[in-house]
Amino acid sequence: MDEPNRLGARPETRPASPAHSEAKSSEGRQAGVARRSPAELAERALEGEQSAGARLIRLLENQERDGIEGLKALYPHGGRAHIVGITGPPGAGKSTLVDALIAEWRRRERRVAVIAVDPSSPFSGGAILGDRVRMQRHATDPGVFIRSMATRGQLGGLARTSFEASAVLDAMGYDVILVETVGVGQDELDVVELAHTTAVVNVPGLGDDIQAIKAGILEVGDLFILNKADRPGADETEKQLRLMLHLREGEERDAGFEPPLLRTVAPRGDGIVEVVDACTAHYEHLSTTGGIERKTAVRGHRFLVELVRELASEAVFARAAAGELAQLVDDVRARRTDPYSAAERLVAAMLKPS
Amino acid sequence: MARPIRVLVAKLGLDAHTIGVTVVAKAMRDAGMEVIYSGLKQTPEMVAATAIQEDVDVVGLSSLSAAHMRHFPRVVELLREQGASDKLVIGGGVIPEEDAEDLKRGGVAEVFTMGAETGDIVAYIEQWWTSRTA
Repeated sequence: MDEPNRLGARPETRPASPAHSEAKSSEGRQAGVARRSPAELAERALEGEQSAGARLIRLLENQERDGIEGLKALYPHGGRAHIVGITGPPGAGKSTLVDALIAEWRRRERRVAVIAVDPSSPFSGGAILGDRVRMQRHATDPGVFIRSMATRGQLGGLARTSFEASAVLDAMGYDVILVETVGVGQDELDVVELAHTTAVVNVPGLGDDIQAIKAGILEVGDLFILNKADRPGADETEKQLRLMLHLREGEERDAGFEPPLLRTVAPRGDGIVEVVDACTAHYEHLSTTGGIERKTAVRGHRFLVELVRELASEAVFARAAAGELAQLVDDVRARRTDPYSAAERLVAAMLKPS
Repeated sequence: MARPIRVLVAKLGLDAHTIGVTVVAKAMRDAGMEVIYSGLKQTPEMVAATAIQEDVDVVGLSSLSAAHMRHFPRVVELLREQGASDKLVIGGGVIPEEDAEDLKRGGVAEVFTMGAETGDIVAYIEQWWTSRTA
């Protein structure tokens, strides 16, 4: 059977990619990265060339075939990076914290990549991605790669693109990959699950937000950060957090690792060394207890199942005769059949040897 | 699935006026673009590195402090050196007409001076995008 093209289902919404546009607009100037094949992009990305890695991430984000081909070539080279999720409510100072963490990891001579996620507008589909404003002092450091990413409002899409982007950055040799998201909604929790280590950021004075965090994200934290700890109410918030962590006792995600609660004042760099130490300690704990393999397996399983589901469904639609789907829809509408029998017929048609 | 145009909006030079770029960024977002805003006081080197890491299609430069003549062409040059000359570079701000002509000769595709409507900028980018992907 031909390998189903997972892009083939939506050709009408797919403009030619920049990668395919050849230097039409550049008046014969060297078009560089735009002209490279996926294999070439992968090769250059492995050498650490940022423009090649960035282009692959873009192609993957746009769900283009070339991106997937590139990722296939890169994938065997990954698996060394420590992926750290940074999550917490808007206004918790995550970007400033990430900026400080980059600086500390760079001081320790680690190469650092950042995936900073911000929401797309549900109205226009556009987005303003401003997280990196706080991180621009690292813009020209060749050991740092920062990529902003919009949620694009696709169910499960964010988890997938951030997984793919982190796979590219991992293969490029970044030692630490920080994934920054607003920790709300299932999609963002999926992103959190991507990480080896998840830091949940809180600030004093948000009051009810602690409740929100309790509902979803407390369970996924490997460490907790009380940022802006120089603000009034910090002690009270810390007390509440400790209480909740106490309630969580016995149900740690990683047996034997007690999630620390750390106070930071990110712009001053206060507490940052401790946060990096705690991330490292957690990773070491995972390494010595088989946790890395376990997490990688869980992630791999989920991703594989999702891909099979997607490829299989596209194969079904690709094999269905043009009018068949419309006919079945009409049959369901008129109650000549039911959706279950209709779906079974479509799938059975694919499973028949052609 | 949609493939939004990605735009980097950056302010070069030392001025601290953000209202103009914010208005432009919002207009771009409302037109369905993904706008990466990298903040104030950017150097051409920061802009070029950011444009490459973010793999934007368009780089929108703003300057209100007469930094444009030195900085805008430098961004074009850096992108070209790093094999990223497929990106559209446009500029805006307080820029005299005669400077605008010089900037265009220096590789800035279009310059939007005082009085330009945000709609003009959005339309220009969309037109460029359509012509390149046609």
